[in-house]
Amino acid sequence: MSEPHIPLREGSTAGGVPASTVGQTDDMGRNRFGWDRLALSRRVTALPRPAKWALIGLFVVLLYLLPLLEIPILSTPDTDFGAVLFTVASYVLVALGLNVVLGYAGLLDLGYVGFYAVGAYTVAVLGSLQAQLSWWLLIPLAVVITTISGILLGAPTLRVRGDYLAIVTLGFGEIIRLTALNTEWLGAAKGITGVPRPPSVELFELPHLQWEGATAVIDLDDKTKFLVFGVADQAPYYWLALTVIFIVLGADRMLRLSRVGRAWEATREDEDAAELMGVPTFKFKLLAFACGAFIGGLSGALFASRQGFINPESFQLLLSILFVAAVVVGGAGNRWGVIMGAIVVAYLPERFRGFEEWRLLVFGMALLILANFRPQGLIPPRRTRRAQAVDEQLDALEEGTDRV
Amino acid sequence: MSEIPVAGQPATGEGAALLSVDDVSIQFGGLKALDHVSFDVREGEILGLIGPNGAGKTTCFNVMTGVYQPTSGEVRFAGSPLGRRKRFAITRLGIARTFQNIRLFGNMTALENVLVGADAHHRTNVIDALFRSPRHRREEREGEETAREVMKFLGLERRADELARNLSYGEQRRLEIARAMATKPRLLCLDEPAAGFNPAEKAQLMDLIRRIRDRGLTVLLIEHDMSLVMGVSDRVAVLEFGRKIAEGVPAQIRNDPAVIAAYLGTEVDDLDDEEANL
Amino acid sequence: MSFLFNNFVELTVTGLVLGAVYGLVALGYTLVYGVLQLINFAHSEVWMFGSFAAVWVTVALGVAPGSAMPVVIGVLLLALLAAMTVSGGVALLLERVAYRRLIRLDAPKLVALISAIGASFALAEIMGLRDRVAGWIGLRDTLDPYVRSARDNTRFQNPLETEGLFTVGGYTVSNVDVIIIVSAVLMMVALDQFIRRTRTGRGIRAVAQDSEAAALMGVNRNRIIRATFLVGGIMAGAAALLYLMRFGVTRWNAGFLLGVKAFTAAVLGGIGNVRGALLGGFVLGLAENYGSALIGSEWRDVVAFLLLVVILLFRPTGLLGESLGRARA
Repeated sequence: MSEPHIPLREGSTAGGVPASTVGQTDDMGRNRFGWDRLALSRRVTALPRPAKWALIGLFVVLLYLLPLLEIPILSTPDTDFGAVLFTVASYVLVALGLNVVLGYAGLLDLGYVGFYAVGAYTVAVLGSLQAQLSWWLLIPLAVVITTISGILLGAPTLRVRGDYLAIVTLGFGEIIRLTALNTEWLGAAKGITGVPRPPSVELFELPHLQWEGATAVIDLDDKTKFLVFGVADQAPYYWLALTVIFIVLGADRMLRLSRVGRAWEATREDEDAAELMGVPTFKFKLLAFACGAFIGGLSGALFASRQGFINPESFQLLLSILFVAAVVVGGAGNRWGVIMGAIVVAYLPERFRGFEEWRLLVFGMALLILANFRPQGLIPPRRTRRAQAVDEQLDALEEGTDRV
Repeated sequence: MSEIPVAGQPATGEGAALLSVDDVSIQFGGLKALDHVSFDVREGEILGLIGPNGAGKTTCFNVMTGVYQPTSGEVRFAGSPLGRRKRFAITRLGIARTFQNIRLFGNMTALENVLVGADAHHRTNVIDALFRSPRHRREEREGEETAREVMKFLGLERRADELARNLSYGEQRRLEIARAMATKPRLLCLDEPAAGFNPAEKAQLMDLIRRIRDRGLTVLLIEHDMSLVMGVSDRVAVLEFGRKIAEGVPAQIRNDPAVIAAYLGTEVDDLDDEEANL
Repeated sequence: MSFLFNNFVELTVTGLVLGAVYGLVALGYTLVYGVLQLINFAHSEVWMFGSFAAVWVTVALGVAPGSAMPVVIGVLLLALLAAMTVSGGVALLLERVAYRRLIRLDAPKLVALISAIGASFALAEIMGLRDRVAGWIGLRDTLDPYVRSARDNTRFQNPLETEGLFTVGGYTVSNVDVIIIVSAVLMMVALDQFIRRTRTGRGIRAVAQDSEAAALMGVNRNRIIRATFLVGGIMAGAAALLYLMRFGVTRWNAGFLLGVKAFTAAVLGGIGNVRGALLGGFVLGLAENYGSALIGSEWRDVVAFLLLVVILLFRPTGLLGESLGRARA
């Protein structure tokens, strides 16, 4: 999110390292048209620390209040806004997971929906169809089983070369769905009903807002019970998912700024060179797969326990493609870009449900246009942006590549 | 930076063998890339490995670093055979290398590139990283110290936060050396480090290679540039068509008939300019 | 198990028929992969458009089954021509819209794959929305026979009546079976000769082997890439008509599954290998048929996907190896 004013490495542990290149970021943030694309983030970063934290805190609170605010242009006229927000949140979660696999480690997984399905089916099968375990047990179980399945799937497939991996994973994703479809024990085509919902505790009620033009009034007839995971009001599921997202984001940051994150990136950049620099690349690829599966399974488990009902139709290959699109649209490797991509992919179709039959066409074309004209995604990784800025400068100067 | 030193330094050559290539052959289909090649790299020396194009120099490197398995023969490092060790394990053992055509992690910063090298001996796992365990913090601190020190040694400290692919050509070459040195090797293998350098840069590189040796590293140098190899190496081994045709101190090699013949009968010194242009 | 033995001949013949279609579509994947090292994800839609072109020709001509033989042959040839033209055209369009810019920029493979996925969605959806599109341009009523119930199955009225030719092992092999298998083999031979003997074919091999060297030797790389897409498209068009003659029905989203299977066939035979494509198709068709006879037809697709996974894991270069560039004249 932030472009540090002084180019110090994020989370730098060595104190007192002289920042020798002060001012360079400044030059690079401006492209040759003189438009300062980093102005906002720099202004935020330049704020004093308490003000920055207050701003972030305010933003987080706003995110939590979103389903209660019922902001007119954001809210979806045709569907429950809380439900839409949950859908968006679960896409964000999935995209964050896939970003580890695709964005950090550079492995194109076209069968990611398979992990989502394993997580969802674990909760459904062990919570309703074959056993009635408690929700508190089901979620960790779902995550563990999905992670194991990720390792089992990754161990043989990760030896396959890059673009073949995409097809192998696609094949596995379909195998998982077809297996669910053809196996009575897993509910077959009719699916599984009565999937356990998260346990509710009724604490208090929160009123929604109602808008008349630009003025808002508190609507005392429309209230959300905190914290009841029911059918009608979906806001609590959104809060749950949002909380999970924050946890995952924290974990993502910790991994990124460590040996693990560096090993993933090095593997993505040049697998052979990484291996020869002492990175056990296979192990780290498998680890990326397992982390991705973990998050995907968690997301699937949440999906199933909100839905209350799943069948194989919920895990079409289309979903995998949408997930990949979310990551690539936003900018693989940049967690904020990926979140943005997930929001675009999940929210826009819900917001414009009236155009439902056209949305896949528009989606396909958008993907096509984006790949051709914005190949790094909407918000490319910070580093790519910086490199681009330098490239643009060089173009402008029409000099060689040596700019010492 | 420094004047070009007189060729033919006193050969140290007294140390024990750090790396032994013992009767190694390697075959690709019908082609024998290496044919019963043997030589030692002795602790603390700079060994130059030369030969015409296609003589098997890089193949030799690849065998030492575990990229290829020899068809027959074996490579021993510090007394123990490399066997079927994985490439990353060989790096951890103490052999590091650079690449003929630069292979940096382009979209990572210079510092991160070097940190990847320093990570070769680290053991931080997901749990350590997630909970910022003492091990993670110790290794991050240690890694960054190593990286900053190595980068300073190579004159890259001011470029630490630049993306690797935005560095100049010369800086990229040095960053490759820095990344390899951060793995704390006992043996550093440089694959044509002077390719594309002008004479002044070559002189600096020679100085650098000596300084690397003075830090206690053993250096194996593959190079096309004769004056550089002859000027900096303690001993030189010559390959031609996958066979070793000569080995000795630079003065011997310079006058070795087989070597002269291999280089088309030309005086070895005359080749400098041609070779440099390749 | 007994089902497999009792119906062995039938399973084999229908497996070969299916395999012939897979093989012809697989050519498109193999050729493009050989030349560009890219998986043309949208090739399945090239086939799908061809199948609709064939259907529309029969709708327009309205020939009832049982017409005189010259009429039947004429209609089928027209349908073939239409399918090949439309498929070839869509393939060229694909090259222009989804690939050309990215090839010029030397973009990462992943981006090209995303681009192709986008194109695949767009093409399938356009066919699924063809009634709406016709409505937009005010021709909804005129085009009704061609665009109605756009989201449902579209039937192909085969002008050629299926006739049994001879009976082996309890299964009567029909004229359609024979036509499909023989035409697929003939087209494969023709393509093989085209790649080996013609100037364009040499260009394709040269670019597949070393694109830069080929360019330095005066091969027009862009022209060769277009030719590759066009040839792949034409083969997919032929496959579309053959498929319809046997299975009689197509759909706006029928491309996806067939595409994945054809890709499997290409990988099976060794991607980049023209002869391997047909062999891979046959192997896949047979494996699917035998497999579903053994463990139940609902597992048919799982058999195909498992075969794909197993091949990629244990013999990633396929049965005949990857060799578009190495094919010798």
